[in-house]
Amino acid sequence: MKRKTFIQNTAAAGIFTGIGGLGLLSSSFKAPAKHITILHTNDVHSHIEPFPADDAKYPNLGGISRRYSLIENIRKENPNTLLLDAGDIFQGTPFFNFYGGEIEFKLMSKLKYDAATLGNHDFDNGIDGFNAQLPNADFSFISSNYDFSNTILDGKVKDYQVFTKDGVKIGVFGLGIELDGLVSKKNYKETQYLNPVEIAQEMTKKLKQEEKCDLVICLSHLGYHYDSDKIDDLKLASQTKDIDLIIGGHTHTFLPKPTVTKNLEGKKVLVNQTGWAGVNLGRIDFYLDQENNISAEGAAIEV
Amino acid sequence: MKKIAFFLTIYSFIFFQSCKEQPLKVSRIEGEEIKITDSIASNKELNEFIAPYANHIEKEMSAILAYAPKALAKSDSKYNTAIGNMEADAVMEMLQPIFFSRTEDSIDGVLLNYGGIRSTINQGNVTTKTAYNIMPFENEAVVVRLSAEAMQELFNYLAKNQTAHPISGMQLILNKNGSIERNLVQGKPLEKDHFYYIATNDYLQKGGDHMDFLAKADTVMQMNYKLRNLFIDYFKKKDTIAPVTDERFIKLEK
Repeated sequence: MKRKTFIQNTAAAGIFTGIGGLGLLSSSFKAPAKHITILHTNDVHSHIEPFPADDAKYPNLGGISRRYSLIENIRKENPNTLLLDAGDIFQGTPFFNFYGGEIEFKLMSKLKYDAATLGNHDFDNGIDGFNAQLPNADFSFISSNYDFSNTILDGKVKDYQVFTKDGVKIGVFGLGIELDGLVSKKNYKETQYLNPVEIAQEMTKKLKQEEKCDLVICLSHLGYHYDSDKIDDLKLASQTKDIDLIIGGHTHTFLPKPTVTKNLEGKKVLVNQTGWAGVNLGRIDFYLDQENNISAEGAAIEV
Repeated sequence: MKKIAFFLTIYSFIFFQSCKEQPLKVSRIEGEEIKITDSIASNKELNEFIAPYANHIEKEMSAILAYAPKALAKSDSKYNTAIGNMEADAVMEMLQPIFFSRTEDSIDGVLLNYGGIRSTINQGNVTTKTAYNIMPFENEAVVVRLSAEAMQELFNYLAKNQTAHPISGMQLILNKNGSIERNLVQGKPLEKDHFYYIATNDYLQKGGDHMDFLAKADTVMQMNYKLRNLFIDYFKKKDTIAPVTDERFIKLEK
């Protein structure tokens, strides 16, 4: 990688020398830093309306219509924004019991979600119930460690997706929780659960080395942290490399701010989760620059 | 002049290309959780989209199905509770004809879990919302075939836990020291080599609450009937919901 950069720089320098009469450009031009905003939710659990004023825990909080206004304002401020969800869109209010997820998907489409991964409750009406609602979703579903090839979802869920915003390539992959014991077999049918760490290693290699992504995001429904050996977002971060951000779910964890942890190479990884029921919206802003404009210590993280 | 413009285009093209090939690196990251409060204006178009669905749900949920003369809570009594007895008896009553039509056999007993009673029933009108409150989950009724040995494990489990797990069609009487005085199914002691059909829900059958004797069952029949819908249908069938505690699960005082 380093060598390639060197050769390119030399080639560019050659051209500059050749047309030195226009040297004005080479001295004053500096590519501007790029700014990418990632907005995210998890475990919204069919909470379409805000909590009532007399709710014991979350009075007057949440509501997808307010979330829409907030997101639209952020997009006005920075159009280079991605909106993602880490699963468990379904189940939790009668909106799901009555309409099977139709309202959730239609509203997420109106909010212009870019992608979501599947949580265990997204199987609550069976894999067929999920499939039936897919035409209402104008956004992608991404899952890298659920093998749907022997199910009705074959070809309908992506292993990963690369989004390009302002020339910045953002690779997104998805990890789901082990279904056995959590979801009834008659609901997930022939879905195969694959090892999240192995799949994450495969995905980061693909996204970083083959797709040459500038940012790699993991949408995870594994859960933030377990004291047992069970894989979680913090363990995943420490056992992998080349992930910039893990957007988590499942454990309904309200983090006061994103967690900064270390990956396999000792580099910083962000792990974030926004609790439950659409009470919060997570926001992560990445500022990118040419390598030579960045300090040797790496990215400055302000959370 | 034209020539220079062309040259500039080529120049900038090469320049930008070469920049693009240079890998971008993250220089700074900021992160925060934004609380969705009522200070954020809602969107009129979205509100108008949601309203008809919300109104329909509200109308359906407030439909009056029955009347409860007294409030019912699972904390009302110790070994069997009125609300738990109602749930287990409802499962027996609503499932029996379905099971019989499929198997020409009958259900001997029902076992649910105390933790599965998710709410109290308030005094007054029993509505669809009441059914959602007591049973918010999507669990379905299943019937398992248990041997006499497995049935004994079931009674031992109840005796050990001394929790008011809802039962129907069965009786368990504990001595003062907690040992089993008597356990009966359909009024009779367990018979060796006899099999029993016990209705429960898919959560418990799959090992929920560690009712392992249910998970070990050799025959599991899916009833494709959500417990919530079963309760809704039961409430519709009854005018008054006034269950009582009885002697189905008790502990002797002396």
